[in-house]
Amino acid sequence: MSTTENNAVDSNHHADDHHHGAPKGIKRWFLTTNHKDIGSMYLIFSLVMFFIGGAMAMVIRAELFQPGLQIVEPDFFNQMTTVHGLIMVFGAVMPAFVGLANWMVPMMIGAPDMALPRMNNWSFWILPFAFLILLSSLFMEGGGPNFGWTFYAPLSTTFSNDSTAFFVFSVHIMGISSIMGAINVIVTIVNLRAPGMTYMKMPLFVWTWLITAFLLIAVMPVLAGAVTMVLTDKYFATSFFDAAGGGDPVMFQHIFWFFGHPEVYIMILPAFGIVSQIVPTFSRKKLFGYSSMVYATASIALLSFVVWAHHMFTTGMPLAGELFFMYCTMLISVPTGVKVFNWVATMWRGALTFEVPMMFSIAFIVLFTIGGFSGLMLAITPVDFQYHDTYFVVAHFHYVLVTGAIFSIMAGAYYWLPKWTGHMFDIGLAKAHFWLSLISVNVLFFPMHFVGLAGMPRRIPDYATQFADFNAIISIGGFAFGLSQILFVVVVYKCIKGGDKVSDQVWEGAEGLEWEVASPAPYHTFSTPPEIK
Amino acid sequence: MTAKQSSWLLSAAVFANNAVAEEMPLNLTKGVTEISRNVYDLHMIIFYICCVIGAVVFGIMFWSMLYHRKSKGVAPANFHESTKVEILWTAIPFVILIAMAFPATKTLIAMEDTSKADLTVQVTGSQWKWHYKYFDHELEYYSLLATTKDEIYDKREKSVNYLLEVDRPLVIPTGQKVRFLITSDDVIHSWWVPEFAIKKDANPGFINEAWTRVDVPGIYRGQCAELCGKDHGFMPVVVIAKEPAEFDKWVSEQVEIAKKAKEEEQKLLAMNMSFDELMAHGEKAYNANCAACHQPNGQGIPGVFPALKGSAIAIGDLGAHIDIVVNGKPGTAMQGYGKQLGLKDLAAIITYERNAWGNSTGDAVQAAEVIKYMSGQ
Repeated sequence: MSTTENNAVDSNHHADDHHHGAPKGIKRWFLTTNHKDIGSMYLIFSLVMFFIGGAMAMVIRAELFQPGLQIVEPDFFNQMTTVHGLIMVFGAVMPAFVGLANWMVPMMIGAPDMALPRMNNWSFWILPFAFLILLSSLFMEGGGPNFGWTFYAPLSTTFSNDSTAFFVFSVHIMGISSIMGAINVIVTIVNLRAPGMTYMKMPLFVWTWLITAFLLIAVMPVLAGAVTMVLTDKYFATSFFDAAGGGDPVMFQHIFWFFGHPEVYIMILPAFGIVSQIVPTFSRKKLFGYSSMVYATASIALLSFVVWAHHMFTTGMPLAGELFFMYCTMLISVPTGVKVFNWVATMWRGALTFEVPMMFSIAFIVLFTIGGFSGLMLAITPVDFQYHDTYFVVAHFHYVLVTGAIFSIMAGAYYWLPKWTGHMFDIGLAKAHFWLSLISVNVLFFPMHFVGLAGMPRRIPDYATQFADFNAIISIGGFAFGLSQILFVVVVYKCIKGGDKVSDQVWEGAEGLEWEVASPAPYHTFSTPPEIK
Repeated sequence: MTAKQSSWLLSAAVFANNAVAEEMPLNLTKGVTEISRNVYDLHMIIFYICCVIGAVVFGIMFWSMLYHRKSKGVAPANFHESTKVEILWTAIPFVILIAMAFPATKTLIAMEDTSKADLTVQVTGSQWKWHYKYFDHELEYYSLLATTKDEIYDKREKSVNYLLEVDRPLVIPTGQKVRFLITSDDVIHSWWVPEFAIKKDANPGFINEAWTRVDVPGIYRGQCAELCGKDHGFMPVVVIAKEPAEFDKWVSEQVEIAKKAKEEEQKLLAMNMSFDELMAHGEKAYNANCAACHQPNGQGIPGVFPALKGSAIAIGDLGAHIDIVVNGKPGTAMQGYGKQLGLKDLAAIITYERNAWGNSTGDAVQAAEVIKYMSGQ
């Protein structure tokens, strides 16, 4: 399919770029088709978004520090929870994984670049505009989106403010970007593997991203459909979600969560991949059960399409529906368990060392599993009625997304940063970042379990006085976690600027093609395909 | 667990303020119904299962981290697969899950069986209050947050049941099967009483069912659980469960009071209130019912809720003004207040809106005029 194009790209590289590095100046970044440049831009963009979304979380936690309304009004509070969620999901976690894929997938499979480099450039460069549109809506009359990142109708249609169209268009652009990114990943992995790199020899990060990319292509159009229906319901008098016109507000939730649940796995499968790269390296032992890891990832992806309604147990589904979605959801814990067992078995009788990427990975395994446990509890429908829409759920998905997805991104960043820059990062500072993050993130999210069980609903700007002490503790954890992340920026900045030179292999136990190229990775790698034994 | 609990209590004590709040429970409530106790048991079973799995998996991992470290001079082993082990740790969780699915299914089936109810109450959510209607009695009313703005904005000390108190709680009998028909007038809400293990969404245009049989008389508090707009955090649910005899007495009293109020209203039609009376009463009623959206200063929230100050409706045709207040405006957040408020309140609110904040129509709208418009439709 894309062979001719690949050849064209290849021969271009051979003809022009053989011995010079990156072009200079701002044009390099606007016009680049280099997977490493685009990967870097994705990563920096996601870091910026992480801090903007984080600042909104700080507003939320400041308001919730004590009962009563002190800092923001409820309507603005709702805008903060909404935009915080949208930015962290679509602006921080997803672009960070795309950035890592851009950097590492070609280097891991021995390809010279991504298969569709111009599309790669475009899929990045529309993103800043999507988020400018979203963020600008906060400053419009009536404010930005205030209906939660799940934008349930009719709150997001009949009852939403005037800036809803901006929200819809920005989600459309994010979706287009994701779909193009996913197509690129699939085409690259299917077509550009070096000779001898069979599917079952691919590093697990490549495998998980291949599966993630298929999930993205399957569900991002569904999200686009959902926002489009919201748009026409609000502005063009359709009644998709309005019972008065023959529609159904619960249908919105079915459509949204048919996107939303696979989306959850889009944000965690690449994390599994990263951890599966790092744990064997620092255990000095091959990954246990490679093929079962691949099959587990694929089954999680397939099952993710038949569990969406477990987000909707309280909507009044028929009993048969509740039972079906309960059983399927419980089933998903089996392949997820297999992954955790495999990581532990990889560490078992290895020769472990605890460098910073390994520390983040171990924290990931433990804390993600805690998030998995609360997920299993949430799967039990009768009990979900009690947990649903409380802080127990907030605790659950932040364990999965912050100590899961984001910790894995941190782990990956520390793991590959020396390869990217050619320098070792400041280990002391990085360890401080790890320990501060680990402690504060648990002060932040662990008490949320208790607050939720005690009956505090989510998405409220004010609460009964019995929740006051725990909320104060949670807020302190939140501020500490937010501040700790500044250390990460310092570490990255220092590492780009300089530091001890690293070897090509960087880490003693590291294996794989990315460790065979020079450190820092040259602007063009694998212009001639490597030989895979 | 106890060590952890006490450490939490310790840290909680550090932050304890002198508020009157009761101690926050650290676990799910057992509740006051058979169902809620079953739910609690399921919660504890699955929690203990997770603890055991966690202890085993993390135990092995930490063992490995302690004893299989390079600094101890160990050489890494070579194994990297074992079909036997893989099958084992796929099968064991599967069996545990099946064992868990049985009691969960049983409880779920019981929860969804709303047949043979002794009493039916329709629960209707709207922004931001609940409406209760007894099917077997001539009784219906709205239930609004009773916490004052001064408490919310820290101008007054917060009461014990801050944000969990309403003007008129729902009252149900103990020992009887009460069925709830849950729906909404505008956006999706969710009616939640933790003590009954009921959380059911109120969907506009659709009716959901739930039921409970409360064993213990008492006051049970919950909240709206589904984000429903600006004041989502300010629409609590309060249910009082009374002994059947007391409940019957309460119902007949309430029916009587409602009847009296209607008669009062009829009398009102014959009288005229003075402009000042209407304005004074109107300000109060406006602030209680309208100011959440249109704001106490009548300026609304631009882009969300329209201003009334100088608005074409508030200073224009009186009929159109009464119509929008009584019937609402379909397709917007403006709900109809005709069935929520008495004629006196409606007349006073309309008068107030037409003459406050610089609006100066001089109209003194009387209850009789409102009913004329309402019946003229």
